[in-house]
Amino acid sequence: MTFGKITAVAAGLAVILAGATAVSAQTVKMAVPSFLTGAAAPAFGIPAQRGAELIIRGINNGELPAPYDIKGLAGRQIEAIFYDESGGGTKQVTEMRNKVQKEGIDVLAGYISSGTCSAVARVAEELKLLTILTVCGTPRVFEELVPNPKYVFRTMNHGTGNNVSAAHYVTKKLGAKVKGMVGINQNYAWGQDSWRDFHLAMAVLSPKVKVASKQQFPKLFSGQYGAEISSLLRAKQNLVHSSFWGGDLEAFIGQASARGLFKKKMFVFTVGETVAYRLGKKFPQGLMIGTRGPYGMYAVDNKNPLNVWFQREYRKAYKEQPSQPGYQYAQGILGVKYAYDNAAKANGGNFPSKDQVIKALEGATFPSIAGEVKMGLSHGHQGLTPDMWGVSVWDKKRGETVVKDVITFPASCIMPPDGVKSIDWLKGGMKGAKC
Amino acid sequence: MNLQLLAVITVDGLVYASYLFMVAVGLTVIFGVQKVLNVTHGAFYSFGAYLAAQMIGLYYGADWPAYGGFAIIVLSAVFLGVVFAFLIERGLLKYLYHRDEHIIVLATFAAFLMLEDIQILIWGMNPYLAFQPMAELGTTDIADLTFDNYSLSMIALSFVIAAVLWYALKRTIWGKMLLAVIYDREVSQAMGINVTAVFLGTFMIGAFLGALGGAYIAPTISVQPGIGVEVIVLAFAVVVIGGMGSIPGALIGSIIVGLSRAAAVHMLPEVELFVIYAIMALVLAIRPQGLFAPVQARKI
Repeated sequence: MTFGKITAVAAGLAVILAGATAVSAQTVKMAVPSFLTGAAAPAFGIPAQRGAELIIRGINNGELPAPYDIKGLAGRQIEAIFYDESGGGTKQVTEMRNKVQKEGIDVLAGYISSGTCSAVARVAEELKLLTILTVCGTPRVFEELVPNPKYVFRTMNHGTGNNVSAAHYVTKKLGAKVKGMVGINQNYAWGQDSWRDFHLAMAVLSPKVKVASKQQFPKLFSGQYGAEISSLLRAKQNLVHSSFWGGDLEAFIGQASARGLFKKKMFVFTVGETVAYRLGKKFPQGLMIGTRGPYGMYAVDNKNPLNVWFQREYRKAYKEQPSQPGYQYAQGILGVKYAYDNAAKANGGNFPSKDQVIKALEGATFPSIAGEVKMGLSHGHQGLTPDMWGVSVWDKKRGETVVKDVITFPASCIMPPDGVKSIDWLKGGMKGAKC
Repeated sequence: MNLQLLAVITVDGLVYASYLFMVAVGLTVIFGVQKVLNVTHGAFYSFGAYLAAQMIGLYYGADWPAYGGFAIIVLSAVFLGVVFAFLIERGLLKYLYHRDEHIIVLATFAAFLMLEDIQILIWGMNPYLAFQPMAELGTTDIADLTFDNYSLSMIALSFVIAAVLWYALKRTIWGKMLLAVIYDREVSQAMGINVTAVFLGTFMIGAFLGALGGAYIAPTISVQPGIGVEVIVLAFAVVVIGGMGSIPGALIGSIIVGLSRAAAVHMLPEVELFVIYAIMALVLAIRPQGLFAPVQARKI
């Protein structure tokens, strides 16, 4: 090859690369981690990824109804990078650093596990990465780990709200019928915290309800619950609280149904909806089930145009019903769109800086699929939504499980006031709650 | 402790023990003969669970006689036993028998990871549910509590497996050949025993038992990615307690762990997980070779 030809090829390559850079500068790179492998993938990770995929498609194509009907984030397309959340906190910290330092992401929206969120929260602040925590429930993120956040947001209630609203529902719906309560929760942070929050809330709202001296905390993903079911059958208490999810919940329901447990006890499943669609008719009727907000099964008849679009398109694209993780991931990404679009507006229509985007999201109230999200706690970085509770029932006409006897609890009733730690609020009698 | 609680702990303990035994026995059979700590055993279990769950779904969907579902469980395990024996024993281990034991463990671990991915390629990420056989068998009341007959049937199946293996080892010519190979591979070969066939046959039985464990348990669980990892840890604990390579050891180890765990769940749930590994640690401290480790012939 002559020198002239080499120069021409090099020049050509330079033009192509420059073009590619120009195109990439017109996108917003968004990392979206969720569990794509392992036991948390089917019930949480995959529906979450689908919800994210769908909303990103809607944003990029301008398919969404108002106020999100303008294409892209402040006019730029989202370039999504989906990746696996499996592998634990240390691996996820490395992944986050790689995504920032090697791939140059602008924003991250995701994370399901409280363990992951606890591991990455401080690192996200250190990396100055705009990070939207979409699902993880631990209140510790803003109460202990990052008490003065700048870059990290969470766009839904933390786990305390879910258990406090469960306690409100039990108290309102069952009242004196509850003779005592016992818990069966997975033996890790989520299960332990869920039981702690529920029984502390019940101590405030239904102080006469006696708590069993022995609670069941089987190993996460253990799959065999014969002895635990016997223990619950023998228990004198008639209310059982559980934050089981995914395959563990499916296995528990299968084994407990065969032994008639659901006919003998009343059950509160704080995230029971995650398996209700999958189990179809096998999902027992009469269970109190939650979604940590107004999502999934509670949004089926919500006439909000965004929700109508999401329900229709999700069912069309994936041939299944959208459950809570899909809603929650989509909600986080809508929060990002709201922030970019409004920051651009405040910036005279020009593409906003990261600080301008953060300012637009801090303390904002943005419309989401199933209602509004108010970024109301932790200096405007912790989202607040109402929570809904009801009882499972099979709907013949629809051919799927729905909820009846639904009660909605406002965020002011179930989440601690700003600046107060969840555990202190619960132990102090939930002062300041406005129900 | 009252009698009702004692009865419930016994039943719960035996059900859990049978689950552990079905998972661990194939692992101990392969180790006993081939001296291979076979990590792919976890994949045999999960493949067994997946294949059975899928076939049960298809079978019951076709509205055929309900009890045929049990034949599906056994046939799934037989099919996988044969496939895995040729794939892992002939395709991988035969090239490694002369290598250090650590290399073999690492090789089976690598194969296990690959099989986990192959499993996702075949069955995807969605869990499979196959509760029909459990529903078919109904329930029985014991000590005022309702137990499902399917779980109780696991106890019977475990004892049948143990009895058949004992008979085959002690009372058949095949068993005598196997014992000869266990004691001395070279001399057995010199005496005319086809060691290659014995290895392949043993591995097939071990893989069949691993797959049968998964296939039989499938109707009681949600079959999903990752179940093989959970199981292999438990199987190792049981095998270590009972003694590597000992079938009675696997049986007694399973019963000890099953009853201890059930007692913990009913009386002191906080130590439910701890109790399994506490027993393992205790056995390792007192009798490192396990409770029923076979006597090792010493070569001079």
